[in-house]
Amino acid sequence: MSKPVIATATLAGCFGCHMSLLDIDERILELIELVEFNKSPINDIKTFTKQCDIGLIEGGCSNSENIEVLKDFRKNCKILVSLGECAIMGGLPAMRNGIPIRECLEEAYITGPTVRMNTKKILPNDDELPMMLDKVYPCHEIVKIDYFLPGCPPTADLIWNALLALVTGDELKLPYEVVKFD
Amino acid sequence: MDNTEKIKFVIDDKVCYAEPGQTILEAAKSNGVYIPSLCYIEGVKPPGSCRICNVRVNNRNLIACTTPVAEGMIIDNDIPELNELRKAIVEMLFVSGNHFCPGCEKSGNCELQALAYRFQMMVPRFPYEFPEKGVNATSKYIFHDRNRCIMCKRCIGKVMKDEKHVFAYNSRGGEHLHVVMDEELASQLTEEEATEAMDICPVGAILKKERGYYSPIGHRKYDKESIGSDIEKK
Repeated sequence: MSKPVIATATLAGCFGCHMSLLDIDERILELIELVEFNKSPINDIKTFTKQCDIGLIEGGCSNSENIEVLKDFRKNCKILVSLGECAIMGGLPAMRNGIPIRECLEEAYITGPTVRMNTKKILPNDDELPMMLDKVYPCHEIVKIDYFLPGCPPTADLIWNALLALVTGDELKLPYEVVKFD
Repeated sequence: MDNTEKIKFVIDDKVCYAEPGQTILEAAKSNGVYIPSLCYIEGVKPPGSCRICNVRVNNRNLIACTTPVAEGMIIDNDIPELNELRKAIVEMLFVSGNHFCPGCEKSGNCELQALAYRFQMMVPRFPYEFPEKGVNATSKYIFHDRNRCIMCKRCIGKVMKDEKHVFAYNSRGGEHLHVVMDEELASQLTEEEATEAMDICPVGAILKKERGYYSPIGHRKYDKESIGSDIEKK
C-alpha cells in the first residue's frame, strides 16, 4: 500500500504552526517513513502533483489568494485540518476585523510612524496583487474543514499525535496540557 | 452540627450533606463536587446569568448557583448531556466576543478559556461575530475591553469604590446592552483595587494596565490543571 500523502499551506499566518510541525524533532524521521509530502512550503513543491490524503492549513483567509489556495486544497485533499488559532478563528490578523480596510491600509502605507519612503502616498493597487477581504475569515467559514488543532502554535505533541491518529486510524488521545489556545 | 441536622442529597451518585440555605453549587463544592460555572463568585448574590452551572433534578434543568439544595434531591451534574450543553454555551460566548487568546494578557488565567479546555473545545460550532463594542482606556490603571465581556455581572456586583459601583449595565436589555465603566470612579481606583478588579473578571474584559504577561507559560493558573480540579481533589 502506498504511503498517505500530506500537503500543507500557510494562508494569513506567521509560519509558526509549520515551525511547530518541525518541532517534532527526531520524530520527523519516523514521519517520513509513514507519509509522503506533496505541495508544501517545507519541500517547496508549488503545485499539487497528485490527490492528497491530508491537508494541513495554517492561517485564516485575509485576501482573495488565501481563498483560492484554500479551495484548491479542499479539492485536492481528502481530509482538511485547520492548524492553529488563525485557521480556526482568524487569529491575530483578525484583530483588524473591527477597523475599516481603508484605515488599515492608510496606517500601513501612508500615516504609520515607520512609513518613510512612500512620498507619493500610494496605496498598493496593482491588479497582480490579491484583493484584501473585508475581514479575516476562519477557514471553516469558507470551506468544509474536517478537524481542528488549536494552539498558537499547536504544540508539536498535538500535531504529532493528531497526524499519527489520522495515518494509523488509532484513537486520538488528548492529555489536558496538550490543548491550549496560546 | 452533625449530619442529622444537615440536608441530605445525592449528586452524581455521591451522597452529600449540606447546610440549610446553601445553594446546589455551594453544597456540591463543600462536598468535593465541581459544578462548572462562570458568573458565580463568592460574596455576591449569584446573578445566574451564564447558565453554565445548570444541573438536572427530576428531569428538569436547574441553575445550581441560584437554587437552594433540598432534602432528598437527586442531582445529575457530570453527565454527557449537560457537559455538551455547557460546552455549547462556552462556544457561544467565544464567538460572541473577540477572544484572541494568543494576544490576551488574561490567557492562562481566564476562566472562559479554562472551561473550554475542560470541555476540550477545538472549535466553536457557531459563526464568529467579531463585535465592535468599544474599548475604554480612560482610567489610569484599568483597561476595559467590552468586546471580551461575557456579561456575567461579576464586576457589577463586586468592583466598588467608596460603596459605589464602578461598573453597571447601560440599559435594561436589548441588543445594545453592555457593561459600562464609571470613568470618574474608575480613575480613583488604586493600583491594588485595579488588580483586584482584573481578578474578579473571569475573562480579559478588565485588565490592569502595565501588568502585561506577568507569569510565563507553564506557570499560569490553568496551564497544568483544569478548572475545578482543586475542588475535586478535596
